[in-house]
Formats: sequence, C-alpha cells, structure tokens
Amino acid sequence: MNFENWSCPLPLLDYPTIVLGHGGGGKLSAELIEHLFLPAFGNPALLNLGDSSVLTVPAGRLAFSTDSFVVRPLFFPGGSIGELAVNGTVNDLAMSGAQPLYLSAGFILEEGFAVSSLGEIVTRMARAAYKAGVQIVTGDTKVVERGHGDGCYINTSGIGVIPDGLQIGPGLARPGDVILVSGTIGDHGMAIMSVREGLEFDTVIESDCAPLSELVADLLPLGGIHALRDPTRGGVASSLNEIAASSGVGMIIEDVRVPVEPEVQAACNLLGLDPLFVPNEGKLLAIVAPEKADAILDRMRAHPVAGRACVIGRVTDKHPGLLVSKTRIGATRVVPMQLGEQLPRIC
Amino acid sequence: MKYLTEYGDGEIAQKLAHEIRQITTRPWALMEVCGGQTHSIIRNGIDQLLPPEIELIHGPGCPVCVTPLGLIDQALEIAAQPGVIFCSFGDMLRVPGSTKDLFRVKSEGADVRVVYSPLDAVNIARQSPERQVVFFGIGFETTAPANAMAVKMARQQGLKNFSMLVSHVLVPPAIEAIMTSPGNRVQAFLAAGHVCSVMGYWQYPPLAARHGVPIVITGFEPLDVMDGIRRAVAQLESGRNEVENAYERAVNFDGNGTAQQILNEVFEVTDRAWRGIGVIPKSGWSLQPAYREFDAAYRFSVTDIQTCESTLCHSGEVLQGRLKPNQCPAFGKECTPRKPLGATMVSSEGACAAYYNYGRFLNISAAN
Repeated sequence: MNFENWSCPLPLLDYPTIVLGHGGGGKLSAELIEHLFLPAFGNPALLNLGDSSVLTVPAGRLAFSTDSFVVRPLFFPGGSIGELAVNGTVNDLAMSGAQPLYLSAGFILEEGFAVSSLGEIVTRMARAAYKAGVQIVTGDTKVVERGHGDGCYINTSGIGVIPDGLQIGPGLARPGDVILVSGTIGDHGMAIMSVREGLEFDTVIESDCAPLSELVADLLPLGGIHALRDPTRGGVASSLNEIAASSGVGMIIEDVRVPVEPEVQAACNLLGLDPLFVPNEGKLLAIVAPEKADAILDRMRAHPVAGRACVIGRVTDKHPGLLVSKTRIGATRVVPMQLGEQLPRIC
Repeated sequence: MKYLTEYGDGEIAQKLAHEIRQITTRPWALMEVCGGQTHSIIRNGIDQLLPPEIELIHGPGCPVCVTPLGLIDQALEIAAQPGVIFCSFGDMLRVPGSTKDLFRVKSEGADVRVVYSPLDAVNIARQSPERQVVFFGIGFETTAPANAMAVKMARQQGLKNFSMLVSHVLVPPAIEAIMTSPGNRVQAFLAAGHVCSVMGYWQYPPLAARHGVPIVITGFEPLDVMDGIRRAVAQLESGRNEVENAYERAVNFDGNGTAQQILNEVFEVTDRAWRGIGVIPKSGWSLQPAYREFDAAYRFSVTDIQTCESTLCHSGEVLQGRLKPNQCPAFGKECTPRKPLGATMVSSEGACAAYYNYGRFLNISAAN
C-alpha cells in the first residue's frame, strides 16, 4: 500500500461524532476497527484480530518503550498528535540503538469527538509509521463521557531490536567525549505555543516532529557513539543533565554554538523562555568519542533530518553531574534541571 | 534576532569589562533595581567579568517578589469563590500565600487561568457574562499601562463582571526608601530601563541630588547592563552624582505621554506594603475612586485578612540588598524553587530563584 498518497476512506458518516458505543466492544467498535484502523494500519499481524498480536522477532536484545500523548491542540504547524504518537515511541526506541519494529496504539476518545478528526489523526499515524518503518500491530479504543477527556489521547508502546554487541546508554558518557546536536532546538515547543489558546502569534515556526530511527541506523556503523537522547520534555538542558548525572561526568556547552532558529529565539524572548528547555520532537543529542566526532557529524549532516547538526560542547571530568554553559559574553553559568514544565501539554 | 544579539556580543563585552577594570580604583556597591537586570546578570555571568571591587546588590524590582502576602491571600480567597474566573500572569501561581498557592487552589477546583495580557482577561469577561472575571494586576510602572487600559476598556464595554486586584508598585519611592534606610550600602543605581520607557526619568534628578547618588538608566541585554555599570562606576570614581540615560534606544526624558495620561486617569498614588520590606509611603497605585467598582478587593470584600510570614525567610533583607540570596540560612535548604518560603525564590526575576537556578550555590570555578 502506498501511504504517500493514501487517504482515509472514512465510511463512518452514520456517526459524525464519537459516541460511547464506539468504545463498548460491540458493533460500533467493530465498525471503527473495520473501516478506520484496519485500512489505515493494515498488516498481517493486525488483520488476525486476535486478542493479542503474535509477532516474529529476530534473536537478540529487545528495546521496549511506552509513551502517552496529550498534546493540545491536536493539530499544530508541522504535525499532529498522530505523528507525535508514532515518532515519540519510535525515537525512544532508537535512542537505545534499537531498530523499531512494532507499535501498539491505545486511543482514549471523548464522547462527541469528530470522527473526521480521528480519521485524520489515524491517517497521519499510518503515514508516520510507514515513514519510520514500523508496523502498528495492536490497539485499543476507549470512549469517556463528554467533559472527561480532551478530544483524543493516545498511548503508544513499541519494541525494537538492538544490534548485537552494541552498548550505548545514558551512563556511558566519558570525559573528553564530544556533544553533538542533530539540528536547531526548540522548534516543536514554540510551534505548539504559537497556536496555544490565548497566546496565538503569527509565525512560520513548524514542529520538527520526525522519526530518528533511520538516522541512528546510519550512524551506528561508524562506532564511537556512547549515549543518545532525544531532548523532548525538558529540552536539551534536561537531557544533558540526566546524562551527566547517570555517567557521573560534567558537561560544558557554549551558548553561541547551540543552533536556534531566529523565529524560535524571538518567540522565546517574548515569552521569557530558554530554548535549552524547550521540547523537541525530531532532534537527538549524541555523546560520541572525540576521534569519531567528525565522521559522525558528516554522516548526520548528510541525512535530511539532521542537516544542521553541530558540535555544542564536550564532556569533562570536572563538576560531575552538572551541565555548565559558556555564556555569550564569555562567563559561565550552571544550567540546572527545570523544576517543572516550562510549557504544559506539549506532547 | 536583529537589534538583540548585537547587545550580547562577546568581544564588546570583554572590552567593556576591560574598561571597567581600568577605571575602578576602589570598592563600589551598585544596585540594579530591576529583577530583569538581575536575571540577565546571573544568566550571562556578567558579575564574573567585573573586578572584585565592584559589588552588585540585587534590588527590589521583581513585582512578584514584593507583592505582599496579604494580597496573595486575598487572591487565593477570591479565586476559590464559586463562579470566579481568576486570571493571572503565570509567575504568580506558585507564590506561596499564608497556607497555599494559586496552583493548590486551582487543583482544588478553582478556575485559575494564566493569561499573557490583562486584555485577555477582559475578553474572557466579555465571553463569559455569567462569570465574575478577576485579573491579578501586579507589577511596576511597566505593566501598569496595559492594566489601566484593561480597566478602561471594561468600563467602555459596560462589563459588570470584570474586576482587578491591584497591587502596583513604583520605583522612585523604593529608591528613596533604600537610600534613607539605616545601614544602606548602595552607592549608585542602575535604574530599570523599561520602567523609564513608560515614565521617563524626570523623577530621578531630585533623587540623585538629594542623596548624592548616581542613577544610570540601564537596559537588559548583557552589553546594556555592562554599559550601565561602566557609566555608574565612572561617575563614582569622579565624584559625580548625575542621572544618565544608558538606554537611549528605548527611553527619553519625558517617557510615554499617552501611557502616563491613562495611568493618571485610572490610578491614584497610595501607600503600599512591599513584601519583606514593609509599607513605603506613596509607593504604589490603586484604582481612582471613579473606577472603584472595578476593584476586586471591594467587590469581593476581602480587605481584612490576617497573614503570617515565614520566620525563616529573609527575603526582605535580600530585597534591600543587605543579604545575598546564598547567604540566607534557608537558601537551598528549607527554601528551594520546589518549596519556596518567599516570593524571591519563585519568580524567574527573583534574586533567590536566579541564584538557585544558575547554580550560584555550587562551586564551578573548575569549569572556567
């Protein structure tokens, strides 16, 4: 099936909105599966319609991850909850070096939610899964009474296979390592903020929502990757703090090297936010051996999702557990973990 | 980022730092009045570039920090009333009142909303005529014009369900209070640039003359702050006490006449309690009698509230520059952004929060 030009058939117009029966396990549920989920996600494992999917996986270690998506609004510049739900879990798997294989998709829908919106979301999920090379092989739908949800929540879980002998993880950063980022930061968070109710501002900022599994698969053969992280909630600052804490090392980055789109920086200035803390949905941080840094950077830049990859800092044995930034004027500051969310419900 | 990144240029910053080192011959204590300046100093590490003789004392110019406890308690009581939509800038939600904060009240069922402009609150009031909409109007002269405009628009639109809990504070009386307080150490002020963009700086020459203190109107980007420091030190070293405008791209002597006109129409000067400092005469604005019907404190009869401050919190001394945040015994121990004892640990412009968030209690000299 060619998903590039595929669109949802949506023969569900008897019910233009979700009713409680769509989650009841009866005829309405079956119709939703038959007319919406199966055509969109269609694959042999799903078509069995058993209580669980039976999968064949290669021998070796599995990566397993889960994430729930409650972003508001559901559709935003550059994506929707659908792409987020697929790419979020795909990227979490990729960050342990795994090749993502299978996803589950659980929907919690609010009574009254437009079926056409659900169709659009499911279509986008199917397209995102196709692009990321994963199959959605099991799912579930529940419907809650009007006023008890916010349209549509999605949970996805996924499994992937980790190549033999590969050792990467947040505890493996070493002093001397180089810190790479795969492109501009803060795009996703500010794209959402630009359409947030009560805060709409005119901008060209689009979410960077994208799968990173192919990029990771390109990089792994080069060797020298010690840790990977996709800086989603909490942004680059939180991810680097976590790696610093797990590895017992310090991190030094330079403010001037961190790539930020001018529009994103301007929006951050306006709202009093620091791009280092703003979420991303299609970027990764790589902590790599210094002798491999150039090769990894070149390979990154050759990939469409990482064209603006660059070095932003290095790992040190000084100030273990702390992320320190060299400021624009040549002084230093500690960049701490955020207490809470700078921005709520961003993914 | 045209017109902003230029003011963070590293080379020029080093030149300015060099110049400041050159002209400094003895110790001087400068106060940056505005919390935005404090934030810029700590975030960019400006103080690290200064010679050891120059001490920066962080002033009381964070509106969230100086909003008195009693007013927070009034806000909490109003927000908890059925049918009320309570609108506030986000920073105020975590400021602790006597027993809880607005986040707690929200989680208990109150309709508390973060807005980015008081005019948003007016719109909400128009769209929800059956609800009482209250805006928490805090801030210095900078935010006051928009708040005055909101009240005026509510009247023009005949809105009976909009009101404002007003706690505006004014910079010049605070400078006066600091200069006349016993034990004052401040020898020069970096005045708050954005306050002056509204009010001008015609109020400052008498202050500078009366107290023999240089006042330099200063902006917020790293080079703005450093230029303000350079000019203040130059004055101190040469024994001058003038008012100088180092933020000419935003500030002129008279200020914004239109804004001042609407401020005078809607607000009147009043005595105001500053959290951690006490009452400063004629240091705030409240609504003119003609606009009293929009005063939430009267509409909801919450004017009589007893409060108790934490005895561990030394934010008053911090706000007056007598204590560095990290010299407070509770700093980073009983008092953290997660469990703040005082507002200075809450607001992004608060001196304690700035110190905590940028790790000023940690030894990172090894990184340099």
